[in-house]
Amino acid sequence: MSVYLVAAYAVFWAFTSIFVLSLWARQRRIEQEIESLEAQLSDD
Amino acid sequence: MMEETRTEPTARKPTRDLLGLILAGTSGVLIIFALGMALVYAPRELTMGNVQRIFYFHVASAWVGFFGFFVTFLAGIAYLATGKRRWDILGLSSVEVGLTFIAMTVVTGALWARPVWGTYWTWEPRLTISALQLLIYVAYGMLRASITGSERRARFAAVYGIVAFVTVPLSWFAIRWWRTIHPDILTGGDSMTVTPRMVQTLVVSIGAFTALYATLVRQRVRLERADDALTRLRLRVDERQSRLKSRRSG
Repeated sequence: MSVYLVAAYAVFWAFTSIFVLSLWARQRRIEQEIESLEAQLSDD
Repeated sequence: MMEETRTEPTARKPTRDLLGLILAGTSGVLIIFALGMALVYAPRELTMGNVQRIFYFHVASAWVGFFGFFVTFLAGIAYLATGKRRWDILGLSSVEVGLTFIAMTVVTGALWARPVWGTYWTWEPRLTISALQLLIYVAYGMLRASITGSERRARFAAVYGIVAFVTVPLSWFAIRWWRTIHPDILTGGDSMTVTPRMVQTLVVSIGAFTALYATLVRQRVRLERADDALTRLRLRVDERQSRLKSRRSG
């Protein structure tokens, strides 16, 4: 199996994983901030 | 142009997305299936050998990149016609996913070119246009982020997405209009022999990548909606705090 072939398919998995992880991290950050603001509103 | 506004009593947390889970599962299974076909089912190409197998994911990612930019082009037209925020969100989401796949295309193309052409990169028409396209769509995100005012930003992004789309047909026809060493994957040209099994593998890969595109765009749209909800919530908190402050001082 060519090293270039392995590298090319690794690039696919790496790019997809980075994109999915960045989406997940941003979603988590937004959800946490929403929760904290909602808690702030209910406290007031 | 009017911006779509919705007043919600509270910013709700995104609910469990069953359709998103089904889409993600389907695209995951399809990608694994396409990978199996590319590495096992498709025959070894006579001239290039195993390195030709890069083509299945390279071409499929290029297709998804082009498709993503086409969706942004359509969303841009729809935004200018209706002024609805949903089209702006779709355009932005599709550019981000399309850009990821075009970057993947450029890198996998370079990895294929090294053993076949003897170099990772050459300034031939298709590659030059791909590099320009990548920069143009990276600039879309940077310029968009630099504009203040959501309506102005959305209008700018819509026009930019429509104009930038010209790079897609340019890239597609580059290998037909100009003298180039880039192979034509539809015919194979003189550089490779295309068999029915290769075509089947390519079709399955394109289907799998399209499903993955749909999954990622859907998730990116949900993220942008959640971000909108957060912005509305921040406004409510600010309003409440300034009301409390004025009540105390009064």
